[in-house]
Amino acid sequence: MPKVILKVKNLNVEFDGEEVIKNLTFEVKEGEVLMILGPNAAGKTTLLRTLLGLLPYRGEIHWSKKDISYLPPQELFQRKDLPPLSIEEFFKFKGVSKEKILKTLKSVGLNSSLLKRRFGTLSTGQFQRMIIAWALVDDPSVLLFDEPTSGIDVGGQETIYSLLHKFWEERNLTILLVTHDLNVVWEHANNVLCLNKKKLCYGMPREVITPKSLEKLYGTGIKFYKHKHR
Amino acid sequence: MQFILALIMGAFIGGAAGYLGSLMLSKRMVLVAGPLGHLTLPGIALALIYDFDVSLGAFPFVILGIILIWLFEIKTKLPMEALTAIVFASGVAITFLFLPEEKTVSALIGDISQISLTTTTMTVVLSLMIFFVTKRIFSKMVLVSISEDLAKVEGINVKKYNFIYLACIALTVALGARIVGGLMTAALVAIPACTSRNLSKNLFQYSYGGMIVGSLACILGIIGFKFTGIPAGPLIIIASTLFFLVSLIFKR
Repeated sequence: MPKVILKVKNLNVEFDGEEVIKNLTFEVKEGEVLMILGPNAAGKTTLLRTLLGLLPYRGEIHWSKKDISYLPPQELFQRKDLPPLSIEEFFKFKGVSKEKILKTLKSVGLNSSLLKRRFGTLSTGQFQRMIIAWALVDDPSVLLFDEPTSGIDVGGQETIYSLLHKFWEERNLTILLVTHDLNVVWEHANNVLCLNKKKLCYGMPREVITPKSLEKLYGTGIKFYKHKHR
Repeated sequence: MQFILALIMGAFIGGAAGYLGSLMLSKRMVLVAGPLGHLTLPGIALALIYDFDVSLGAFPFVILGIILIWLFEIKTKLPMEALTAIVFASGVAITFLFLPEEKTVSALIGDISQISLTTTTMTVVLSLMIFFVTKRIFSKMVLVSISEDLAKVEGINVKKYNFIYLACIALTVALGARIVGGLMTAALVAIPACTSRNLSKNLFQYSYGGMIVGSLACILGIIGFKFTGIPAGPLIIIASTLFFLVSLIFKR
């Protein structure tokens, strides 16, 4: 029986008196991929930020692991108007060996010449692979990703999720991932949490994602194609 | 002897200001040194009248100015830049209520003609302190600029680092006011950083480049003063601007 990595009980988060997350309870087990699905302004990013201790909350959050890596949504990264920071210097924040950095870059399909490039000069696809390598380079056991493929074309998205899937299998990672994409949920999630301020569904995708639950989540009918292989 | 002391002091203050300036430029904060420099003027005036150390007079007034801006912001919610304008303009106005006319030039554009060994030693120690503290917080502050959330998750105490950063700025402005006066301290941090940015490929070259260019500009300005008798403050800034113009040719 895998052990519980994260326990959340009766979580409430408020911004300026407005409730953003209401009475949320769920747990995540070791090696699980939990996808957080929901419309815009549903509190998904707020949930990840709260779980990381970045926002005040009421209720209980209990982590049994400390080595957590977080990647904010791509649009929240400042990539322009920075000093001339090289990628090698960006990796130095993590305090790991150059050998480790090169190995991790290689595993996401990037080569060593990237280390000399400036932070702001990478293409969106290169940046996303690089930032995934950055998140993985110090061997975390838990990853929190907020829409890791926003702003990336369909081919690029597939590559990123395949990479994450590969790392998940190889390293027994526990992953919490915010997404808008139902296909990604079908393809890669063990569990899904449908969130629109409160928990609207929670469980294995094939059991809890139904036309009815999606209508409740998004407030409108969603075209629905159930994948066969999960 | 005076000349050697002035050179040592200028090299250290210029280096520390250039190094810190490269961090301030990356946070788009170089102009802050301008109003803060103006805020030193009442302190400089008091120091000139009662004959004590100029930086010693300047420092409490920078701190007082920062506290006033911070308090006004809490009280009014007006934009910080507007409040800064109120505080620094008042500082300048108050200075001219009591600053004797013959001391005006010294206060505004600096004076390195009367420097003691003690003052030089203190300045060197404080400049080294600014350098080492800035070196310690530099990369972390850059990570905060990239993503504050990411920095916090990596264990960086953003509030603490911001406070240390502001304290370094206040100290640099107070030290810089001695050699370039209350009027031109922004140039002491801004121009070397801009020059270095034009020439550098990575953070290491950029930050140390700022330090070297800042230091060289001060040395050249002080040598210029020795030979021409023109106050060192303006000469330092002109030397710094020349370095910047040259850097445009080699811009990467």
